[in-house]
Amino acid sequence: MLLNTIILALRELKRNVMRSVLTILGIVIGVGAVITMVTIGGGATAQVKEQIASMGSNLLMVTPGKRFGPGQSSSVPLFKLDDGEAIAREVSSIAAVAPVSSQSIKAIFGNQNWTTQVTGSSNQYFRVTNRTIRTGRLFSDTELRSGAAVCIVGETVRKKLFGGQECLGLNIRLEKLSCQVIGVLEAKGQSTMGMDQDDIVVIPLRTFQRRISGNQDVAMFQVSVQQGASTEKAQQDIRLLMRERRHLSPSDDDNFNVMDMKEIANMLTGTTRLLTALLSAVAAVSLLVGGIGIMNIMLVSVTERTREIGIRLAIGAFEHEVLFQFLVEAVVLSSFGGLIGIVLALSASVWLASTLRVPFVFNGGIVIVAFLFSAAVGVIFGYFPAMKAARLDPIEALRHE
Amino acid sequence: MVAFNQIDTHPIIELKGITKVYGAGQAAMHALRGIDLIINEGEFLAVMGPSGSSKSTCMNILGCLDTPTSGSYKFKGIEVGRLDHKQRTRLRRFYFGFVFQGYNLLKRTSALENVELPLIYRGITANIRRARALQALEAVGLKGWESHMPGELSGGQQQRVAIARAIVTDPSVLFADEPTGNLDTARSHEIMDLLTRLNRDRGITIVMVTHEPDMAMYAKRTVHFLDGRVESDNQNGRIL
Repeated sequence: MLLNTIILALRELKRNVMRSVLTILGIVIGVGAVITMVTIGGGATAQVKEQIASMGSNLLMVTPGKRFGPGQSSSVPLFKLDDGEAIAREVSSIAAVAPVSSQSIKAIFGNQNWTTQVTGSSNQYFRVTNRTIRTGRLFSDTELRSGAAVCIVGETVRKKLFGGQECLGLNIRLEKLSCQVIGVLEAKGQSTMGMDQDDIVVIPLRTFQRRISGNQDVAMFQVSVQQGASTEKAQQDIRLLMRERRHLSPSDDDNFNVMDMKEIANMLTGTTRLLTALLSAVAAVSLLVGGIGIMNIMLVSVTERTREIGIRLAIGAFEHEVLFQFLVEAVVLSSFGGLIGIVLALSASVWLASTLRVPFVFNGGIVIVAFLFSAAVGVIFGYFPAMKAARLDPIEALRHE
Repeated sequence: MVAFNQIDTHPIIELKGITKVYGAGQAAMHALRGIDLIINEGEFLAVMGPSGSSKSTCMNILGCLDTPTSGSYKFKGIEVGRLDHKQRTRLRRFYFGFVFQGYNLLKRTSALENVELPLIYRGITANIRRARALQALEAVGLKGWESHMPGELSGGQQQRVAIARAIVTDPSVLFADEPTGNLDTARSHEIMDLLTRLNRDRGITIVMVTHEPDMAMYAKRTVHFLDGRVESDNQNGRIL
């Protein structure tokens, strides 16, 4: 019985290719939109995560200043280099501590100039921010200690100043400081916030303090926690250490921040997820509209096929067989639409992912859900027309022109 | 032949006091006002009457497509009035065949598939279904036309497909509602010859509604309806 009904339904659909195609268009678009949105959204989330991981996993940022409240006083003490040394010494589970001071400076080479971010730090900086040297070398201990005029440049700076020219050993000018390029960093691309991470020049901290800022301050410390160790614990330890070093009494608020990159990461992925959910909801509405489209066409089809239904009933079809036939037609139509939608969505996602430079993350769950949903749409929106068809009076139906 | 039929007869259909009223109260329309009719197995009965004499209504009741307002309808001794909707459908499925004036074939469906349709509802397997449908088409003289769509067939051919569809299940009774109403004279006589042959060779009881005396001549018995009542009942040319 089931098989027979399916045969009947399939024959009927084959006979009306044009009508069938128009019917499933809504479902195709609905399913396609949902899957594309979810896939691209998933890709974007994965990209955000990946970029944050590339910024340095388990990264903590220690900055001076109060986190909350009005009247942030300018009298908050800044960090000195020995604060960082203390963190490295006192807090266990720390992998590396990099002092970071930076300033926006115009770098000049020959007749080329380019305004970039000049950072004073140590070799730890490269470790903490997951950067590697592509050509050249790191700073030597002597250079770090003596504040030598040497620098390591990012890919963007290299391109802007030197073009295709070999740059190692050449001197660039940063304000009054002329320094020798000893290394070029591996390109990292854009950061999550859209900043060019390769637009950077790194010089030894001591050089920065002496020749550029003119003081002994360190703007912030970037701390990377050992792989597998708890960042919360490290965060807490650094906080206690800094309170002690800054002689804060228990009633005082912190006059520094210890920020966890994970917090920032969660915030960013949370935003992407929310956006994905919103877009998917819009797409789901189009799926619903597609379902209503199916119901429309099925209702029209019932009217158009009234005589046929009359013939079937007169010949001895049970009501439930006619009902079932129309239901099967609706379900076959909508699931077929779902399948086409899935194929379209996956190809669209692959294309979009490459255009938007987002990784393509296949989400099997949403594909299955979308398919089941499209079949369910067939059942739900096919039921009413099918019921109408089955309830027809055969005599009336046969008289119908 | 005639004598044989008269001796060895069982009533297959018995109607007693069948009435059909549409609407209620003042607006009530009495379509049938008490029909008594006995149809024996193997009979070829023509129902005649002017339009509006409710011959089609009576036919629909006989074919279990409609229910009477009152009265008793026995099919093979079974009181049809006591059957529920599903059982009446089953009667149609297993005992009745229908031929309509407008052919009522499924559009965009080949002759073969049209004839197969009642067998599908009977749950007969594809091989047997096909074989039987081909046989039925051959019996109505349409061998070689199996794959044609109704639109590609003439009116006479379409009616033959409809007859093939009605007889493919070997029904006990074939109900034909104005089967020649849409056909020219030559085609009409061909169809009537076919029906006569089916009645004679296969013993299928045929109840045919018509308003053409020429066509009624093919039947062995003619019942005249007038204003919802049986006006006359002629068998073998003599008035009962």
